Amino acid sequence: MDFELTDEHRMVQHMVREFAQREVAPVIKEYDRKQEMAPFVLDRMAELGILGICLPVRYGGQGMDYIALGLACEELEAVDTTLRVVMSVHVGLNSLGLLQWGTEEQKQRLLAPQARGDKIACFGLTEPGAGSDVAALQSRAVRQGDIYVLNGEKMWISLASKAHHALVVARTDPDAPDPHDGLSAFLVELDTPGVTTGDIHGKLGVRAGSTGWIAFQDTPVPLENRIGEEGEGFKIAMSCLDNGRYTVAAGATGLIRACLEASLRYAKDRHAFGREIGKFQLIQQKIAYMVQSYDAARLLYLRAGWMKNRGLRNTRETSLAKWFATDASFEAASQAIQIHGAYGYSDEYDVERYLRNAKGAIIYEGTSEIHQLMQAAYALEYRRDAPLRCELPPYDAATWQ
Amino acid sequence: MKIVVCVKQVPDSAAKMTVENGQVSWGEAPLVINPWDEYAVEAALVQKEAHGGDVIAVSLGGESAKEALKHALAMGCSEAVLISDPALAGADSQAVAKALAAAIRKIGDVDLVTFGRQAIDGDMGVTAAQTARILGWPALTLVSRISQLDSSSRTIQVERSVEDGRQVVQGKLPAVISVVKDFGEPRYPSFMGIRKASRANIPTWGLGDLGLAAPVSVVSWPKVENPPAREIKTEIIAGSSAQEIAEQLADKLLAEKVL
Repeated sequence: MDFELTDEHRMVQHMVREFAQREVAPVIKEYDRKQEMAPFVLDRMAELGILGICLPVRYGGQGMDYIALGLACEELEAVDTTLRVVMSVHVGLNSLGLLQWGTEEQKQRLLAPQARGDKIACFGLTEPGAGSDVAALQSRAVRQGDIYVLNGEKMWISLASKAHHALVVARTDPDAPDPHDGLSAFLVELDTPGVTTGDIHGKLGVRAGSTGWIAFQDTPVPLENRIGEEGEGFKIAMSCLDNGRYTVAAGATGLIRACLEASLRYAKDRHAFGREIGKFQLIQQKIAYMVQSYDAARLLYLRAGWMKNRGLRNTRETSLAKWFATDASFEAASQAIQIHGAYGYSDEYDVERYLRNAKGAIIYEGTSEIHQLMQAAYALEYRRDAPLRCELPPYDAATWQ
Repeated sequence: MKIVVCVKQVPDSAAKMTVENGQVSWGEAPLVINPWDEYAVEAALVQKEAHGGDVIAVSLGGESAKEALKHALAMGCSEAVLISDPALAGADSQAVAKALAAAIRKIGDVDLVTFGRQAIDGDMGVTAAQTARILGWPALTLVSRISQLDSSSRTIQVERSVEDGRQVVQGKLPAVISVVKDFGEPRYPSFMGIRKASRANIPTWGLGDLGLAAPVSVVSWPKVENPPAREIKTEIIAGSSAQEIAEQLADKLLAEKVL
C-alpha cells in the first residue's frame, strides 16, 4: 500500500492551489456578496486546462488521472465551493458521463470541446418535483423520426445559464413497468430552439456560483445526441453521480481543510484571559475533530479515486466519501465559527461563507439521508451493484496521453 | 536562441526564519522555487516563444533543488541541469557564480542567461552580476522588459526598473539579465509541463564535470540574528460618539508625533 502522492500529483495540487489562491481568493467575498459568478473563472479554468484535467488527450483533455481530479477539487473548494461546483458539473456529472457512455463519434464531437473548455457543460436531472426520487421525473422526450422532441423543466442546475451543453435525463417510455427503465439520456446543445434558462437567486450558499433552471419546450434533440441506449437513462445518471459525488467528496475535504486552517490561524492570533485561545482545551477539542475529519475525508476520497484509476466499481466507496466529507465539512464550518466567536458570525472572516457553502452539498448529489440508506443497504446486502454495459474506463497513462 | 535560466530552491516565503546559536533555520517549511526566479523563467520562456530555441534551467544545490528545476520544466523549460557537489556546501555567491558560469560554458552557445533579482533566503542579489563578470558578459540587472532581442545583430535592449523611473539599456549578446516583478506575472505550470517534469531525468553535474576546483568562499556570516522583538502596546479609545473618538485619536497621534 502506497500513501504517497506522485510528483505529478503534487505539482497539480500546487498549480491549482496557486490559481485559486492568487486569482480567486482576493475577490471571492465581493462576488459572494453580489451573488454573481466572477466573470473570469470559467475562462481561466478552461485556459489552464483544469476543465479537462482527467480526460484523455485524444479527447481534448489533459491526460491526468482521477486522483488528480480529486486533488484539484480539494484545492478549489479550499478557496470557494463555487469553483469545485464547476468541476462537479462540467467534469464529474457531464464529461465523465460522456467518456463512460458516449460513442467514439460522440466523444470526438461532444466531449472534446468540453474537455478543451470551449464548451461548458452542465447536468440536468433534478426537476421542480423530482430530487431524490429520480424515477418521478416528468420531462418527456418523444421520438419523431431522427429527432427526439424534449419538453420539461430542470431545476437547481449548476451553470444552467452559463453552459453550452446539458446532459439531460428525460422519460422516453411512460409505460415501462419499472419507471426507472423508461428514462433516457441526451446531450442537449443549449442554443437549440425551445431552450430557456435562468438563474436562481437568494440561495443560502454558493452565492458566487451559478445555479438555475432550464426549460425545454418542443426542443428538437438529434438522435445522435442520445447517450447510451433508450431506457439506459437511469443507469447513466447514476454513473454520472458516482463521478460527481467523487468531486463533491474531494471538494468538501478541501472545505474542512479551509475551516481547520482558518481556525488554527485565529486560535494562535486571538487572546483571551491572558493567553492565545489555542491554549484552551475546548478550542483544542474542536481543532482535533477538524483534523480527524480532514484526514478521514481525504483517505476516503483518495480510496475512491484509486478505485476509479483501477477501473473498480466504487459506488459504495464514493457514496461513503461524499456523505462523510459533506456532513463533516458543515460541522467543521460550524465549529470554526464558534472558535472565531462574534467575528466568525460576520463576513469579515471566511468561516461564515464556509458554513453557508457546506450546506448545499449535504442536499445535492444524494442527500445525506440517501447515502445512509445506501450504506445500510450495502451492509445488509439488500443492494448489490450489477455490472454496467459501459464502465468508467480505468486510468491508463499510455492511452490517456 | 539558447537561454539558460538560473533558479534556486528556497524555503517558502511564508516560512518564519529563526536564528538559534547563530544558525539560521526555517523549521519544517516547505521548499519552493525562489519566487523571483519564476519571473526569470517567465522572461526566458517569453523570449523562447518569440524567437524559438531552448530554455535550460540550471540550479545549484542538493537533491531537493531538483524540485525547483521540475517547477521550471513544468512551466515550459526544455531541459534542466542540477549542479551538486559536497564541496559547494555553504558556498558564497561568488563561488556559486563560478559554478554557474562553468555550467553555462559547458552547455555552450548560450545567448542569454536570466536570473531572478535575488533569492529570498540569502537576499544578496549579486549572483547575476558575479556570473556575468566571470563569463565576461554584460550584466543587465533589474530588468522589467526586454524590448528588443536581435540574434543576427547580437544585441539586446531592456528596460530597467529603478527607483526614479525606467532606464532603457542596450547591450551585446550573450548577456546576463536579472528580472524584477514588473516583468509580468509568471505563468502557472501547465498539465503537459507537469507530466514532462514528473518524468524528467535531470542530470547532476559535479565540480569534476564542470572542470572546476572547489571554489573558495570569501564571504562568511559570523553573526546572524533576528531583529529585536518590538514591544506593542494596545489601547482602545472609548467615547460617546465617533466625533469624540476621532478627536481623541487625533490628539494622541499628534502627541505621539505620529502625524
